[in-house]
Amino acid sequence: MSRPKNQNYKGHGLSKGKEREQGAPIRFKTALMNTLMDVLRHRPGWVEVKDEGEWDFYWCDVSWLRENFDHTYMEEHVRISHFRNHYELTRKNYMVKNLKRFRKQLEREAGKLEAAKCDFFPKTFELPSEYHLFVEEFRKNPGITWIMKPVARSQGKGIFLFRRLKDIMDWRKDTRNSDDQKDDIPVENYVAQRYIENPYLIGGRKFDLRVYVLVMSYIPLRAWLYRDGFARFSNTRFTLNSIDDQYVHLTNVAVQKTSPDYHPKKGSKWMLQRFRQYLASKHGPQAVETLFRDMDNIFIKSLQSVQKVIISDKHCFELYGYDILIDQDLKPWLLEVNASPSLTASSQEDYELKTCLLEDTLHVVDMEARLTGREKRVGGFDLMWNDGPVSREEGPPDLSGMGNFVTNTHLGM
Amino acid sequence: MLQEESDLSLMIAQIVQKLKGSNLYSQLERQAWASLQRPEIKLESLKEDIKEFFKISGWEKKLQNAVYSELSVFPLPSHPAAPPEHLKEPLVYMRKAQGSWEKRILKSLNSMCTELSIPLARKRPVGEQKELLNKWNEMGTDEPDLSLFRPVYAPKDFLEVLINLRNPNYENGDSLSFRTHLGLIQVPLKVKDIPELKECFVELGLNTGQLGIDDSTQVPPELFENEHVRIGQKVLAEQDSAAAQQYIRQGSPTALRAELWALILNISSEPEDVLYYEQLKTNVIQHDLLVDSLIYKDVKLTASNDDYYFVFEDYLYQVLLCFSRDTSVLSHFAYNSASPPKSYIRGKLGLEEYAVFYPPNGVIPFHGFSMYVAPLCFLYHEPSKLYQIFREMYVRFFFRLHSISSHPSGIVSLCLLFETLLQTYLPQLFYHLREIGAQPLRISFKWMVRAFSGYLATDQLLLLWDRILGYNSLEILAVLAAAVFAFRAVNLMEVTSLAAAEAVLADLSTLKVMPLLQIFLFATVT
Repeated sequence: MSRPKNQNYKGHGLSKGKEREQGAPIRFKTALMNTLMDVLRHRPGWVEVKDEGEWDFYWCDVSWLRENFDHTYMEEHVRISHFRNHYELTRKNYMVKNLKRFRKQLEREAGKLEAAKCDFFPKTFELPSEYHLFVEEFRKNPGITWIMKPVARSQGKGIFLFRRLKDIMDWRKDTRNSDDQKDDIPVENYVAQRYIENPYLIGGRKFDLRVYVLVMSYIPLRAWLYRDGFARFSNTRFTLNSIDDQYVHLTNVAVQKTSPDYHPKKGSKWMLQRFRQYLASKHGPQAVETLFRDMDNIFIKSLQSVQKVIISDKHCFELYGYDILIDQDLKPWLLEVNASPSLTASSQEDYELKTCLLEDTLHVVDMEARLTGREKRVGGFDLMWNDGPVSREEGPPDLSGMGNFVTNTHLGM
Repeated sequence: MLQEESDLSLMIAQIVQKLKGSNLYSQLERQAWASLQRPEIKLESLKEDIKEFFKISGWEKKLQNAVYSELSVFPLPSHPAAPPEHLKEPLVYMRKAQGSWEKRILKSLNSMCTELSIPLARKRPVGEQKELLNKWNEMGTDEPDLSLFRPVYAPKDFLEVLINLRNPNYENGDSLSFRTHLGLIQVPLKVKDIPELKECFVELGLNTGQLGIDDSTQVPPELFENEHVRIGQKVLAEQDSAAAQQYIRQGSPTALRAELWALILNISSEPEDVLYYEQLKTNVIQHDLLVDSLIYKDVKLTASNDDYYFVFEDYLYQVLLCFSRDTSVLSHFAYNSASPPKSYIRGKLGLEEYAVFYPPNGVIPFHGFSMYVAPLCFLYHEPSKLYQIFREMYVRFFFRLHSISSHPSGIVSLCLLFETLLQTYLPQLFYHLREIGAQPLRISFKWMVRAFSGYLATDQLLLLWDRILGYNSLEILAVLAAAVFAFRAVNLMEVTSLAAAEAVLADLSTLKVMPLLQIFLFATVT
């Protein structure tokens, strides 16, 4: 069976076996036709290669990666925008598994208190494999709401809420029936997750936060946090009375776009800076500081939990989109991590944010070899973790545990 | 000397009169009676002891704040024989202009009403009342058909009226002289120049710390910010209105702003206030006013489309619908040059006994009105508190931005101040814009009418409104408008049409207000 040729197909591709000369144009390739293309095209000294040409930089999509990464030889200087097995972090069921394992390890090594720092993920069960464990937990907490999410889909597709086991019994029957008819399509894995019933509301609306984290390597772990991001609002007021109303509960712009209330001019997004100011005027700067520290903790612990599992190829880097939900006690929860965060802009402001984000990402990737390697900040990115915590202060970090260690992050500032 | 004394005693008498009718008076009375049981109150020195008690328990502070509040709002002392119209507006030609403008607005409202055959007011059927009550917290989800409604007027209509204002006693003559006004406003009002503004806004000077400048991330907080926050907390602990007003001239820390504004405006949420708001809410539920549709339309057109304020849509309805039914707002017409429009019960046109004020609060909303409320949603989340703050802001400041008067904070003076500043200190720019048919006021008018709400980023807007409260004056709006032109002068010199000039000044969301003001007032060579 011949593999279909498409513009992403690299073939038996080898970049020609020469080291890239300094000053030679950097050849890039990408399938995406949005903000990224604009940024790449405008970067001085970068040229686009089409079809079969050799490339030094490829912002690929995950399907290409899956098919071609293993038999593509890359020169030392070549960079590609995904890690081979990023799904350890981005697929909900794998992430849960890795996090649970990491938590156990932490508890063994550092005690219950340290392990509790991993409790930012709502209780999740893989279905159908953990169905019985799930039912046990379900029975222990009658009346609470659960959310069912397909493991590998995005943009809010296939998600629904439920409160009674009967609801998923019906769903199970439906999927079983459809299996009988279509044998080729595998049973989709789902996760059932405890739904956060007391989200923080602004103007009566639910929202979640999108934050960008750039990982340059896993071993050692080097991660950068982008200062900007945004809060995505649901168009309708939050109420637990209508769990069937997707528009109330799911805040992805893709879902909200189809809501009858959606007005594209509005954009339904707040920049993180605005969000931070709003919280500060309501709860005071201290509470906000604590919230953002807790979010830093989420990013770092989640990356640490997959550190040993992800194949840390030096050619790879990855820009993750973290989705965070804040509850009414100002506790942040991790909803999911996206390996391919949307780079399409929904408004002028959004376009500017994503343009700067991508430009700065390319600065950090540093194909032009301009950085010294000692930078703690590049554009809007702050070096959050460099095989160890990075402090805002100059000089060696104070690791004694006491004192004023402040992480080098400035989210929303 | 004697005149001043009699002015003062007149003022005192009037304030006492006003406060006697207030809630505070009954509270003080109750407190005084209750204090009789205290051991330190002795019959021989009753008066002094009670005074002492008030001082210690903080009630004197409350009284002080109330008096200070009255003084801030109270018009300047006038001759005791002056008729009440003079309190509203001393100049006859201004009063006349305001009167005819009001007639026009009312005519427009009435004709819309007749065209659409909608009554100005009607009682809601019970079913509708129930529905509205259920939907109270999410009125934004309603999509009534508002296509036939138009805003009664927009700021640019108002500008045309102001442009045509003339003082009949003032001979402009046809020949150009140094007295000719080259701008759009042609009335001779006294406005401040930069040296006077420097004196007035002395706390904005280069040597004084400011929030909005000295709290930026590069400046170490020990230099100014920490101390400023500490003082702010102290002011709040003391609950002193006057001190808060002085303090806020240097800007308010984000965390303290909501309380500071409430202190300066002398708003305390007593149960009576919450009850009053609930009463207004009941009025909204029971009766539907034509004005409500205008409010809906305005919110949908302006605040809902704003990138940041769309979130607060529901709060805006909750505040504005209640506001239009609040008859206590009528009292501000004593010092507002405007007068509340009167309407007559059907069929009884002209008969005074059948006249009612319409809307009940006497304020007809115009296009963009909801933007006065939107920034406040950032600070206050409890509907009755939000309502009180907005109402107080309106009767102290915002009303001046859409009524014709000679008051130094009135929109006419602000326009003239803006034009004069530009003409005097940026003559080349002013002349160039005039030549290409882009009179600067045509662009800056809408900023000033809205007090820059919706044009500046919210944090910057709040810093600006801090200063409005601190200086108890709206003149800073005109100064900022001029400062914005000064900032973009280079680009503006290159444009060749009004549209291009508008484009240069279309986006103010990236501007930092305090540095602009500081540079314009204190760092420009005059």
